[in-house]
Amino acid sequence: MGNEFLPLLYSFHFYLFGLLAIAAALAFVTRKSPVAAAMWLITTMFALAALYVMMDAQFIGVMQVLVYAGAIMVVFVFVVMLLNLGHPSEISDIRGKWGRLIAGFLGIALLAEILALTRDPMDLRLVVPVIPATVNGTGGIIGGVAGPLFREYLLAFELTSILLLIAIAGAVVLGRKRSAADAR
Amino acid sequence: MTFDLSIPSQLMQALTPELVLMAGAMILMLGAAWKSESAEHQRRIGYGSIGVLLLTLATVLWFNSRGLSSGPGVIAVDGFRFAADSLFILGALGTVMLGIEYNGREGIWSAESHVLVLFATSGMMIMAAARDLMIVFLGIEMMSIAVYVLAGMNRRSPRSAEAALKYFLLGAFSTGFLLYGIALVYGSTGSTNLTTISEHIVQYKLGHQSMLLIGIGLLLVGFAFKVAAVPFHMWAPDVYEGAPTPITAYMAAAVKAAAFATFLRVWRESFDLLDFAWLVPLWWIAAATMVYGNVVALAQRNVKRVLAYSSIVHSGYLLVAIAAGTSSGSAAFLFYLLAYTLATFGAFAVVCAMSRAGDRDLEITDYEGLWRVRPGMAIGMAVCMLALLGFPVFGGAGFWSKVYVLAAAEATPFRHLVPLTVLLVLASVISAGYYLQIVRVMFMKPRPEGAPDPAPMGTMTRVVLAVSVVLVLLVGLVPARVIGWARENQPAPPKALSAAKAP
Repeated sequence: MGNEFLPLLYSFHFYLFGLLAIAAALAFVTRKSPVAAAMWLITTMFALAALYVMMDAQFIGVMQVLVYAGAIMVVFVFVVMLLNLGHPSEISDIRGKWGRLIAGFLGIALLAEILALTRDPMDLRLVVPVIPATVNGTGGIIGGVAGPLFREYLLAFELTSILLLIAIAGAVVLGRKRSAADAR
Repeated sequence: MTFDLSIPSQLMQALTPELVLMAGAMILMLGAAWKSESAEHQRRIGYGSIGVLLLTLATVLWFNSRGLSSGPGVIAVDGFRFAADSLFILGALGTVMLGIEYNGREGIWSAESHVLVLFATSGMMIMAAARDLMIVFLGIEMMSIAVYVLAGMNRRSPRSAEAALKYFLLGAFSTGFLLYGIALVYGSTGSTNLTTISEHIVQYKLGHQSMLLIGIGLLLVGFAFKVAAVPFHMWAPDVYEGAPTPITAYMAAAVKAAAFATFLRVWRESFDLLDFAWLVPLWWIAAATMVYGNVVALAQRNVKRVLAYSSIVHSGYLLVAIAAGTSSGSAAFLFYLLAYTLATFGAFAVVCAMSRAGDRDLEITDYEGLWRVRPGMAIGMAVCMLALLGFPVFGGAGFWSKVYVLAAAEATPFRHLVPLTVLLVLASVISAGYYLQIVRVMFMKPRPEGAPDPAPMGTMTRVVLAVSVVLVLLVGLVPARVIGWARENQPAPPKALSAAKAP
């Protein structure tokens, strides 16, 4: 998705996702209900992922969705659920006439966009996918991430593993069932 | 020997002391999980940790004596790193030794408490070595996460849990500042490497770029949080009070030393040329820290809280050494850290020994007449208090550390550091109010009727106290040799900076 082909479409999407990310982040910090806040955070994550993809960092974009919007947010919501913090009546933020109108407008806009793209003169025929590794001989999209990770950032990478080990050990120590000595 | 850090095997060799400590910590972690919790197992792992720390200390000293250096890379191999490392290991040794006996008394049977100290220390060593903001960040997190857990180690004490949670939340908050600062610095200079950052600042004349200045400001806030400088100190007193006493000593001495060592390296190696950008905020932070910390410490009645505010005050003094910025500033800084670490551990050894199960008897009034029942403890505490105050002769190294900081600040070209030195002296005078109060109470008040005698000190606690006191006095007798050692071991400002400063 380069900006040289469709500059208008590119900048439209940049502002769409950028504003969406900012608005969702604002909503995230102002919500009272933790569940609603979590949902807004997921929206922020998705908008950021879209921005990453627009910057040609597809791998980071996919990771953003998988790791942040997926795994981490599930844990958040899970904790909220276990602590029983959410009240069902407060979850929905899209209430009232204007809320519905804006939500409906966004939905229709995105739908119209997809329809417009299918009618576009762009060549959308199915092509045999090219294996990324053969594109430029450097390991494709992921090679750009993996190469530096194991060369320039090798130490940082290894230190992160120690950091995670410390975090796990700490969590186990604090979360362990109280021993006989503690129960005294 | 010069390490070529772009080759992984040489990078690994350059990190040998850290690897020794990490490997030892991992083995001990397995050992800790091997048997169920018991007082005996906790003690055994504690002795193992002491062994690992001594081995690491030997490696560090051996590395330091070989005069190693390194090419450009993510870590530094220089004397400053090894000198700082030996201070951290000294602190960790004191913590484990105090911890073995303290944990036994308080019923903290998690053997992992010692292992986490080792892990935190390895994070500190990474911080002292880091020459890349990414490694700085990872080192800080390794240290902080371990210490968050350590603060909450006493699971029967609600205050310990409160301390851990407070420390965790505010620590995470400060990490956000630090990371945002790193991101902005990266955004404006295009690098996270300290040397490259300074080169790019000179080369592309980024000195007045607002993104860089905001980034530096956020980094300053992040570091000020970690060293508990006013106005980013609010977590410190509660956390220091609630955490188990040996961990409080560790936070007051080693954690602070590590944060300061990184602070100094980042400032000296990257932003030295931009002194106009950070000197003014640093000036105000140092001034506020010295004044506020001292005044509030006067009102404290709990010894742990007094020491917490005292550690905030000492952050202010150390910031003066950093603001001086010259090589004599960094030498004074190392000397100060040494004296401060020793005096802090001596004082906390006494606090550990004085308190009874459940961390009671920590009020200043509980120290009344200590001289009559436990003269050794009273003398040790008095020397440490005088050292923290900076009293001549009896305060030993503490006096000289302040002298060197003042001399370094006076000798800089920045004339506006002079009011700061005046403030430092005045602040020290105010601090006499609470340090001498403790000494007075111990020696001049009678022991109150019916006050229980404090239990005799355990062997380990006694060793920590004796070593700290003897070293404080000894360093006070030969300060010139120690400051010479500190002068040899300091971060070298990169060539780009010295070249740009020369004309």
